[in-house]
Amino acid sequence: MSGLPSALARHPDLDQWLAVDAADTVTVATGKVEIGQGITTALALIAAHELGLDPRRVRVRTAHTGITPNEFITAGSMSVEDSGGALRQACAHARRLILARAAERLGTDAAELTIEDGRITAPGLNASTTLWEVQGGRPFEHAIETRTDEQPPAPPPDRQPRLDLPAKIAGEGVFVQDMTWPDMLHARVVRPPTWAHRLDVLDEPAVPDGQDLRVLRDGSFLAVTGADEYAVVRHAERVAAACRWRQVADLDGVPLGTESQAFPVRDGIPSIEPVPDLDFEPDLAACYTRPHLMHASLAPSAAAALWAGGKLTVWSHSQGVELLKRTLAEALDVDRRAITVIHHQGAGAYGHNGADDAALDAALCALEHPDRPVLLKYTRQQEHRWEPYGPAMRIDMAAALDDAGRIRRWSHEVWSYTHAGRPIPRQPGSQLAGAWLRDNAIDPPPAEPRLGSEVGIHRSAWPIYALPEPRVIKRFVAAGPLRTSSLRSLGAHGNVFAIESFMDELAALAGKSPVAFRLDHLDDPRARAVLEAVDDLCGGVTGPRGVALARYKNQQTWAAVVAEVEVDEARADVRVPKLWIAADAGRVVDPDGLINQLEGGAVQAASWTLKERVRFDRQDIDSEDWDSYPVLRFDEVPEIVTRLVDRPDQPSLGAGEATQGPAAAAIANAVFAACGVRVRDMPLDAEALRRAAAA
Amino acid sequence: MVSLIVNGARREIDAPTDEPLAYVLRNRLGLPGTKVACGLEQCGACLVTVDGECRYACTLPVGECADRSVTTVEGLGGDGLHPVQRALLDFNAAQCGYCLSGILVRAAALFDADPAPSPAQIREALAPQLCRCGAQPRVLRALETLARDAASQEGRP
Ligand code: FES
Ligand code: FES
Repeated sequence: MSGLPSALARHPDLDQWLAVDAADTVTVATGKVEIGQGITTALALIAAHELGLDPRRVRVRTAHTGITPNEFITAGSMSVEDSGGALRQACAHARRLILARAAERLGTDAAELTIEDGRITAPGLNASTTLWEVQGGRPFEHAIETRTDEQPPAPPPDRQPRLDLPAKIAGEGVFVQDMTWPDMLHARVVRPPTWAHRLDVLDEPAVPDGQDLRVLRDGSFLAVTGADEYAVVRHAERVAAACRWRQVADLDGVPLGTESQAFPVRDGIPSIEPVPDLDFEPDLAACYTRPHLMHASLAPSAAAALWAGGKLTVWSHSQGVELLKRTLAEALDVDRRAITVIHHQGAGAYGHNGADDAALDAALCALEHPDRPVLLKYTRQQEHRWEPYGPAMRIDMAAALDDAGRIRRWSHEVWSYTHAGRPIPRQPGSQLAGAWLRDNAIDPPPAEPRLGSEVGIHRSAWPIYALPEPRVIKRFVAAGPLRTSSLRSLGAHGNVFAIESFMDELAALAGKSPVAFRLDHLDDPRARAVLEAVDDLCGGVTGPRGVALARYKNQQTWAAVVAEVEVDEARADVRVPKLWIAADAGRVVDPDGLINQLEGGAVQAASWTLKERVRFDRQDIDSEDWDSYPVLRFDEVPEIVTRLVDRPDQPSLGAGEATQGPAAAAIANAVFAACGVRVRDMPLDAEALRRAAAA
Repeated sequence: MVSLIVNGARREIDAPTDEPLAYVLRNRLGLPGTKVACGLEQCGACLVTVDGECRYACTLPVGECADRSVTTVEGLGGDGLHPVQRALLDFNAAQCGYCLSGILVRAAALFDADPAPSPAQIREALAPQLCRCGAQPRVLRALETLARDAASQEGRP
């Protein structure tokens, strides 16, 4: 074992990671993408620290197939861990090589040299040189084989300015939706109302006089292209109005809680062994649910594509350009060596949204318009109706206590549909929606249970508490009513909501305070530390407050959240004016960026927990815009106070998904503390509150 | 031909009068700051001011803007940045930033009318603006600080 980060072991060529530019700057590469999580800033900080530079001198180049290291996918909060660890090593090697060359040039010992914002010198030495004099514009031509020493951690900066922000604040066109070329065509698709509808009849409306528009038609795949965007929009509306759709399947599926493929889980890993019976008499049993949830990125998905000289180039905000490239090749039946996918930023992504679908649709349009770049955008309704949702979940909890009020037996059964609908090459079928609609349709592959550690449904289902022989069962239901895939934190949101709500219910049964009851069952010192930190931060979990705690995936960031609520019992309305967060994400690289991630996750989780539910019946999806799928607004968002527990001697951990589960349960626990009603069904809206109060 | 003033400059535009202002700004005037994210007057990403009043450019026909003065995010601060832009920058108040243009236009209109709004006024004013990344607490912190600084300069409590 070389001990190298895996991405570096796969891509040992230093030049693939880092280039010292001709003057003033350094360019580093990552196979990850910016999805609003601030990864470019975090990576720039890492490179700047290792190379002795001001972070503003570091340019970060994000995922580009064939150029940047292939890091597969930006997901699971792994970017700082994967890419950050690899880049830190790569930069440490670069530093060593640069200093060796500088030492030769300055006639001194490399160990004496220091770098300060690119200037290389040694104490007491009159001469100096720079990074650029030594290495500017020159390749390293070095293969990384073993680990080298990294710079000792520096105290993290106070507030590192986000490198991408000035352009966004000024309104520059940095998003894929803003791309433009002189001869560009715009495109819109005309989509069936849901995945279960196909085109029945279309009597194509005439193109208005003098307008240069084309309607592309391939089975139920319909698109309108033209140079003038608004003309395209109008004509797409005309075509949509002329379409008659037919329903080819019902939106029903197998309800959660009936049939399933069941797998016992141990330490986060499912097995195919027989499912053990529930062999104890529970003192308490409870069933928790969450509905289907949307990513609902602020901007509908988009992509640009160019088909020229037998080569296809696609600009996409997909989270996995390499996987997208190969699945595009399969869906289009084009050699993958002829395809390049370049990441280009879109609106914040929280998992698998419409980005990959848009890339295929843009490519289909580009193939019809050789040599002209095509920019395709979905409408709001198309994104809401067609994106793969985070699937509904049902979690059945049961436990027995001993005489001292400690948990003696524990059972957790989690039911859900697939959380894994991302486009993956070499599957039968295609996960790209456009492929389902063409004449030569490629259907989606059948949903399969995934048995990896901490994936999908069972993510964070394994308790972080020290419990004797926990019984944890994953119950996979293949046939869901809706298209589903990966949404931020996957199963962890539902599982932690259930575990941490149930812990509160058990605490009440045992006559203990929620904090004391949890501490009674916690061996893990880092979990104890965040729980105690949040308790201290908020001045005590008393009054209308609730607490919850989790370690994301049982292997990443520890986060504890306290929520304070106001419940208007007459209107059955819950507000969350305040949240406190304490988190341990190991070594902190960019504290402000980390806090931003934790807080953003908590606000989004509050929105899911209080308001969100994809509404549908057998025939149709009713959530198609912000009125029919309301989310938390400025006058409803909590004020948040966050404390980081820094562990400079521990590896950095991903944190973007750490607060989803704890925030949800903390809110439900606070509602119980405020009004004595235990709400076990998300969202905690008036309907759920009234139902729970009546139960 | 429609003639209007955009960020202080007179522009003549050859567009159908029913074309929404957002498309005109983005495609005909090279101003991509104004976003179209719903086209339904529900999210505020397309917000601009017309004669000082907040309007949704995703649906506003450009014909209705004839001879009126439109300000977009690009024109908020004249040659530099508007104080609300500087405030958001200072607080790293964003995740993806897609929602920012509309939020900035709304906040600038608020602060131009009253440089020291109360926290409740800020929240209420921004309520029509969506942010899906959860950056709202930071945006509020940034703007509340800006308002507090203005109030203390004016000697208000
Ligand atoms: S794009 Fe105009 S309000 Fe959403
Ligand atoms: S920062 Fe992404 S929508 Fe607001």
